Amino acid sequence: MLETIGVRSIDDLLVDIPQSLRLESLQLPDGLSEFETIAQVKALADRNRVYADRLTFRGGGVYRRFIPAAVAAVTSKPEFYTAYTPYQAEASQGTLQAIFEYQTLIAELTAMDISNASLYDGATAVAEAAMMAYVHTGRNEVLVAGYVHPEYVQVLRAFGEGRGIKVRRGDQPNKKTAAVIFQQPDFLGLLVDAPALTRAAHDAGALAIACVDPINLAILAPPGEYGADIAVGEGQQLGLAPSLGGPHVGFIACRRDLVRKLPGRLVGTAHDAEGRRGFVLALAAREQHIRREKATSNICTNHSLCALAAAVYLTYMGPEGLRHVADVGFKRAHNLAERLADMPGWELAFPERQFVNEFAVRVPRSSSVVKKLARKGILGGLDVSRWFRELRGVLTFTCTEVNDAKALDQLVEALAS
Amino acid sequence: MTEPLSFELSRPAVTPPRLPDADLPGPAPADVLPPEMLRSRPPDLPRLSEPEIMRHYSRLASLNYSISENFYPLGSCTMKYNPVLNEQAAALPGFAGLHPYQDEDTIQGALELMWRLERALCAVVGVERVTLQPAAGAHGEWTALRMIAAYHDSRQENRTEVLVPDSAHGTNPASAALSGFKVVEVKSGSDGRISLADLESKLSRQTAALMLTNPNTLGLFEREILDIAEMVHATGAMLYYDGANLNAFMGICRPGDMGFDAVHMNLHKTFTTPHGGGGPGAGPVGVKAELVPFLPAPTVERQNGHLTLDYKRPQSIGRVRSFYGNFGMLVRAYTYILAMGGDGLSQASRDAVLSANYLRNLVEADLEMPHKGPCMHEFVASAHNLTSANGVRALDIAKALLDRQFYAPTVYFPLVVPEAIMVEPTETESKATLDSFAAAIKEIVAQAKTDPEVLHAEPRSTPVGRLDEVAAARKINAYLVGQAEDPILRWKAPSDTA
Repeated sequence: MLETIGVRSIDDLLVDIPQSLRLESLQLPDGLSEFETIAQVKALADRNRVYADRLTFRGGGVYRRFIPAAVAAVTSKPEFYTAYTPYQAEASQGTLQAIFEYQTLIAELTAMDISNASLYDGATAVAEAAMMAYVHTGRNEVLVAGYVHPEYVQVLRAFGEGRGIKVRRGDQPNKKTAAVIFQQPDFLGLLVDAPALTRAAHDAGALAIACVDPINLAILAPPGEYGADIAVGEGQQLGLAPSLGGPHVGFIACRRDLVRKLPGRLVGTAHDAEGRRGFVLALAAREQHIRREKATSNICTNHSLCALAAAVYLTYMGPEGLRHVADVGFKRAHNLAERLADMPGWELAFPERQFVNEFAVRVPRSSSVVKKLARKGILGGLDVSRWFRELRGVLTFTCTEVNDAKALDQLVEALAS
Repeated sequence: MTEPLSFELSRPAVTPPRLPDADLPGPAPADVLPPEMLRSRPPDLPRLSEPEIMRHYSRLASLNYSISENFYPLGSCTMKYNPVLNEQAAALPGFAGLHPYQDEDTIQGALELMWRLERALCAVVGVERVTLQPAAGAHGEWTALRMIAAYHDSRQENRTEVLVPDSAHGTNPASAALSGFKVVEVKSGSDGRISLADLESKLSRQTAALMLTNPNTLGLFEREILDIAEMVHATGAMLYYDGANLNAFMGICRPGDMGFDAVHMNLHKTFTTPHGGGGPGAGPVGVKAELVPFLPAPTVERQNGHLTLDYKRPQSIGRVRSFYGNFGMLVRAYTYILAMGGDGLSQASRDAVLSANYLRNLVEADLEMPHKGPCMHEFVASAHNLTSANGVRALDIAKALLDRQFYAPTVYFPLVVPEAIMVEPTETESKATLDSFAAAIKEIVAQAKTDPEVLHAEPRSTPVGRLDEVAAARKINAYLVGQAEDPILRWKAPSDTA
């Protein structure tokens, strides 16, 4: 190869790099065999404590769910996971069609007109939705109503700062409000009055942004039914492992007239000269590689493979399966809430409020409660006072189809002991 | 060959999957919740049996091109082979099973991995600290610019402009604008490198940063980088490195030593985490000491072998993503770095440069090279001559390559080269692959000169031929303005669109 190029060594190809910049070597250990590599990586994995799925009652945005074997069987196909971004449509029909199916599934689930091809996570989805509202209304304040996931709000603030968007808390929009953002159910598991918040937003000329839980949408009225303008959320529960918080997938869907302001990729159908249907990246003129500094989002790489996982998951579950797991979580969480509220000194933190499968309890000595459960191998409630000072002593618990009846008994027994 | 949509394959008679029952007394939603809170109509999800699902997705997989099968000569995208060990590592229950809100004491191994990965990335690019939070390259760019903005603010300096070369990736100007900056373009000179005279004229007390990638998007090393750094720093501005081209010089030189203050890296390019058909990736950002106070929170800290998450960072730009970034991708990248070692990473970059120059040399006889070599890890050719003489465009060559079992190179980028064809072969391709790719280019160019019409009709062997994007865009527009009911951007049951 060197001979073809007409040089004597690779160093002859590096002549443009000033000598003063050249390195002798990297200050890193030498490489390892595959056997040694995985042994070292495994040693790190072994230093972590993994709680059994059935004994995990902690949620807060990431949940243990049953993951059908079909999900990994599909996403571990190298034709999917080692493929590039589908810019060359003819060579990427598998990815493009899967994303098109994902877009349709999310649109169905949220009852919105159109979904994009995915975003990074729920937090950035909220931030991107706020940006859409800012561009659409020309107003620069967004209102966060109720207990929206605190990390989502932190990301929203960081995004907003660069874009000149002010983030305020409250549920009384005014002429300056670009959007009212609420979460259904919220970070504590509480159900909010989504239709009323949506109406309030619209009465003030603002958009309503609903951050929703995709599984509980099998039970709850979806954003499209109460007239929200943008639906966003975190898709981790749709077939993705907790994995310390990522990679997961953010989804975003909107009304027809807002589609041109949607961030990220969109896949649509097209036909070839022979009339065969295929799939292409559509409306690319909105995106950064065309609009450059005029783009309203800089997203390029998104979370396609996670979107594929979500598509397989939803297709496996079907409407009945999804409703079934949502109902199981609902029933078990209500069962557990009643039993926990009966413990001496324990009470529901918001007894007047409805919930689905996550709820808040006020408990004496919350940190010792959590420690006691950990000693029994149970990942117990999440101490939310870390983010909300007014919620001292409040823990949130969650139940899904993986927390069997015995696991609930174990939890209650551990607390009573 | 096409595959019906899952929605079209759906059969109402399919038995739903067997799932656990609640096995406990408790209410149903309708017993407790007011009717207006409940969904009125179930979502129209497809109903398929597991065998049908597996066949559907297996057939879709067969319609895809992937790096596991063949060569992607995609300039600026660094499509390397993705070692399968990485996947095994990320799937270890000790990583995949971790809840992000577990106590720090129970995730010491994960934090140690993040800390070690940070140290390794610091060593590769020559910076003080790295944040692992950004989920992708563009996300990393924006994160770095937010830090640069915070740095200037902390010094009570009102700097409003970011300079971006005309050859830059589209994400650069977009990220700068979304960070609140005005974008000012800097021109390339005739040698393909940034014009120092133009840079000089655009630098001012208004300049917050210059965004640069080196080697630049033409695959050329900015020889005058040290002078550029001095000019930028002399005005009090910062120098930002777009890490898309990091694969060119691991172990050879470092952006930190070149004078860059902030550096983003794409783990899905340089460090072999898979592209996943468009993500998830990871876009860590490295910074020099003066930017450390502004890093997103939390950072991972290590003291006496004990690891903690540090949220008390008063000058931090805040949080750019939930939790701690795309942890699963961090595991993959760390595994790769461990296996390669310092020696292996250096060799990888040297081999990438060798591959690019070898291939450049082979195709030079057939395609115009607007800029003099040697190149670094990639090169940009131009089909301009073929376009004017034979009406064959870069796009035609790209599509013709698909018919010859190769993916297409990056075309029409960088914008400064007409009919650009950007090729990055990477170190994981063999000489035989490069030879056959060059032979395919030769064949296509010969055909362009004798029978150009044939090329306009390619690809023929792909599952579908060239798709009419213009007609699709027209239909989408009709839907968006309410003149048609087929949304094109999603499936609808035929009865719904009639």
